[in-house]
Amino acid sequence: MREVAAEFKRPVMLYSIGKDSSVLLHIAIKAFYPAKLPFPLLHVDTTWKFREMISFRDATAKRLGVELIVHVNEEGIARGINPIDSGSALHTQVMKTDALKRALELYGFDAALGGARRDEEKSRAKERILSFRSAGHVWDPRNQRPELWGLFNTRIRQGESMRVFAMSNWTELDVWEYIMLEKIPVVPLYFAKQRPTVRRNGATIMVDDNRLPLNCDETPQMRMIRFRTLGCYPLSGAIESDATTIEDVVAEMQSATVSERQGRLIDTDEAASMERKKREGYF
Amino acid sequence: MTSIAISKPVHPSARDQLRFITCGSVDDGKSTLIGRLLHDSKMIYQDQLAAVKRDSIRHGSADIDFALVVDGLEAEREQGITIDVAYRFFTTPRRSFMVADTPGHEQYTRNMATGASNAQLAIILIDARKGVLVQTRRHSFICSLLGIRHVVLALNKIDLVAYSKSAFDRIVASYLAFATGLGFSSIVPIPISARHGDNVVDRSAHTKWYHGPCLMEHLESIDIQSDTASQAFRFPVQWVNRPDPDFRGYAGSVASGTISAGDEIVVAASGRTTRIKRIVTHDGDLADAEAGDAVTITLEDEIDIGRGDLLSRPTERPSVADQFAAYLIWMDNESLAPGRNYILRIGSQTVAGSVTAIRYRIDVNTCEHLAAETLSLNEIAFCNVATALPAAFDPYDVNRKTGSFIVIDRFTNRTVGAGMIAFPLRRATNVSWQAPSVGRSERAALKHQKPCVVWFTGLSGAGKSTIANLVDQKLLAMSRHAMLLDGDDLRNGLNADLGFSKAERVENIRRAGQVAKLMLDSGLIVICSFISPYRSERDMVRSLIGKDEFVEVFVDTPIEECARRDPKGLYSKAKAGEIKNITGIDASYEAPTRPEIHLRTMEQAPEQAAEVVVDAVMARALLRDERR
Repeated sequence: MREVAAEFKRPVMLYSIGKDSSVLLHIAIKAFYPAKLPFPLLHVDTTWKFREMISFRDATAKRLGVELIVHVNEEGIARGINPIDSGSALHTQVMKTDALKRALELYGFDAALGGARRDEEKSRAKERILSFRSAGHVWDPRNQRPELWGLFNTRIRQGESMRVFAMSNWTELDVWEYIMLEKIPVVPLYFAKQRPTVRRNGATIMVDDNRLPLNCDETPQMRMIRFRTLGCYPLSGAIESDATTIEDVVAEMQSATVSERQGRLIDTDEAASMERKKREGYF
Repeated sequence: MTSIAISKPVHPSARDQLRFITCGSVDDGKSTLIGRLLHDSKMIYQDQLAAVKRDSIRHGSADIDFALVVDGLEAEREQGITIDVAYRFFTTPRRSFMVADTPGHEQYTRNMATGASNAQLAIILIDARKGVLVQTRRHSFICSLLGIRHVVLALNKIDLVAYSKSAFDRIVASYLAFATGLGFSSIVPIPISARHGDNVVDRSAHTKWYHGPCLMEHLESIDIQSDTASQAFRFPVQWVNRPDPDFRGYAGSVASGTISAGDEIVVAASGRTTRIKRIVTHDGDLADAEAGDAVTITLEDEIDIGRGDLLSRPTERPSVADQFAAYLIWMDNESLAPGRNYILRIGSQTVAGSVTAIRYRIDVNTCEHLAAETLSLNEIAFCNVATALPAAFDPYDVNRKTGSFIVIDRFTNRTVGAGMIAFPLRRATNVSWQAPSVGRSERAALKHQKPCVVWFTGLSGAGKSTIANLVDQKLLAMSRHAMLLDGDDLRNGLNADLGFSKAERVENIRRAGQVAKLMLDSGLIVICSFISPYRSERDMVRSLIGKDEFVEVFVDTPIEECARRDPKGLYSKAKAGEIKNITGIDASYEAPTRPEIHLRTMEQAPEQAAEVVVDAVMARALLRDERR
């Protein structure tokens, strides 16, 4: 992380409000202490995040005194793109992928730090820690730089950029153990609570606001749920759980039998969908 | 591990982590073995397994194909091969593991080296039906070179040789015979079947004759005592932390050894010594720090330290030299050009450097030493390397962190090589630079002129020599003392031993640049006319001469026009297939992106073009006279 601050002209940290982002931010604060963070945080807001995520985001920025940039793809809003009518694929493309590219260009960021991990998904396992993106943010899996030892090639030309996955070698369990150890605040949605939900396509969706159209046979039911990953609420599947504390979550993790991304509706289309999204510029 | 990649959390009850690499040939069952390890240690989640089952059927296998768990990218799944390094993670109650899965193909030596660079142990797979192959030797050699000291010899597909003890013994004996020279401290052979799970996680009933550990048991229990804490203290400065005028700290991760507040330290490059004042962290100051800790250090004295400096104890200093011998693995499609200027990253230091000599190339299959002029993708050599400034380092076999480096191409920005330093070359310190008492400016003053190097580049037949000659005549007429260096003339004399291969073209320009510099120092206006097809060599000359004295003139003529003019008959010979390596035909020309002067000969006559150059040379001279 210090390497990024030292080598790039205008780095930024992508802040998704999730647990990985919380850990990444916590470590950044520690790495640059006593100096302030030498880069801002960027949140690409799809406007469909859980309300608790947004309030947590703003409280965190305030508590830590860091610069927070919130970017919304206004064009997408104007086109009426949303996860319900447009489908998850188009929504993700316009409101996340395109929005991120546009934000990086707008502010001239040449390196974007993120909390993605190699254990999340198969195509991520081959991702570099410093992932090179050509002008236009294209990720070419065959044209990535070898990474030996801890020696990173940070050289880029005008218009090219780097995505930096500082937590590549962490696992989901590592993240939770670290959150427990360092007492890092995370969004309360990670802990079980009675919440209004509906069941769709085998997933449990929380009814976070009245934008979610309910079918005539659907009535929100209170269920004891929590989330393993957070995204746009209509696309995030909850799990039924009684884990109300970090200790409970870690214990639950240790006996987990399904992967965390199962709750993400954006992955389920086909096996290689994530890889395609990345080539198009998704984080 | 490093600063970009944040190390794993340190937990009171932390399981230690074993990082290992798997190496094998295409069909040895590497991916299957990793899939099996993940599956049998219950690390494959139900949804992932369901996806694999679906895919297995789609790819035409009836059983669950464990290789599909780990083969990530679409392209390689279609080709049925692994094309890159993939990292997998699994945890057992006793240890956590990071697996680098690397391909076994001949052409992917570089990927294997990448995976091995961070590994402590290697699983070398051998197909029990095939025994020790050329690839087995290659994998073992690369592991050894990258500093791996523990090897598991996994004899896979033991089921296909009827769980035969004699087959196992024979292969083990032949492996040991060849591997004794590779410096491994442990070699543990295990008969396994990745497909059926024999001796992977559970002991097999089919190999009652085998009394050693099963694979998982061995991985969980092998003692890979990381002794980095007991090594000499090394602290590469990554970032200077200066939030306000009262605080100046040096941030980095301790690469090896331990240090305490109050200890004396030395800055390797400058030799300045001072003491550690505080070891600062967000959670409060520490009394001491050890290998792996990310800290910010403050010092008793204000001494000049920046990113790239290496701190050590005065009694245990690293080498500081501008020449060293190293093993170099070439990783790019474009071959190594000895003498070419590259960027080296040694720890947090970034320096310009070049390979000055290839001592020998190593055949990775036989370990033979071969003579070599250049290095191609996936080749390994023992080389002499020179850096523009002295660098601080340790031999790689003493310290992997301070003894390794990567090589970056200046123009493509690709990582083109990776090196392991063997030892410093002390000659560097014995041949010190003679600072002359009479300098360039004194000599130039005698001639009442501002010397400079005017460098004409362009295709053969573009009109370089014609224009250069006119410039020479015009300067003479103005009583300016110039000297013309022509590529063809030099090739008949000084460079008569050089041909037209890439490496020789690089050397041709290096020598020309050196001669031009001597002439420049003697106060002359040096007019050079060289095809000089590669940007990096022209820039090497530019940095040698100094950018204020270097005027790059691009003689821009389309190749069709050059071939039409064909003053030396080269293009017609090339067309007839009589000669090779003609720039623009079968050798590349990299046009300057920002030349000082851009001449377009289709629009300008030679006379006009020469005027443009002379005006520019005189204007520069005047401009700088006025500035004085």
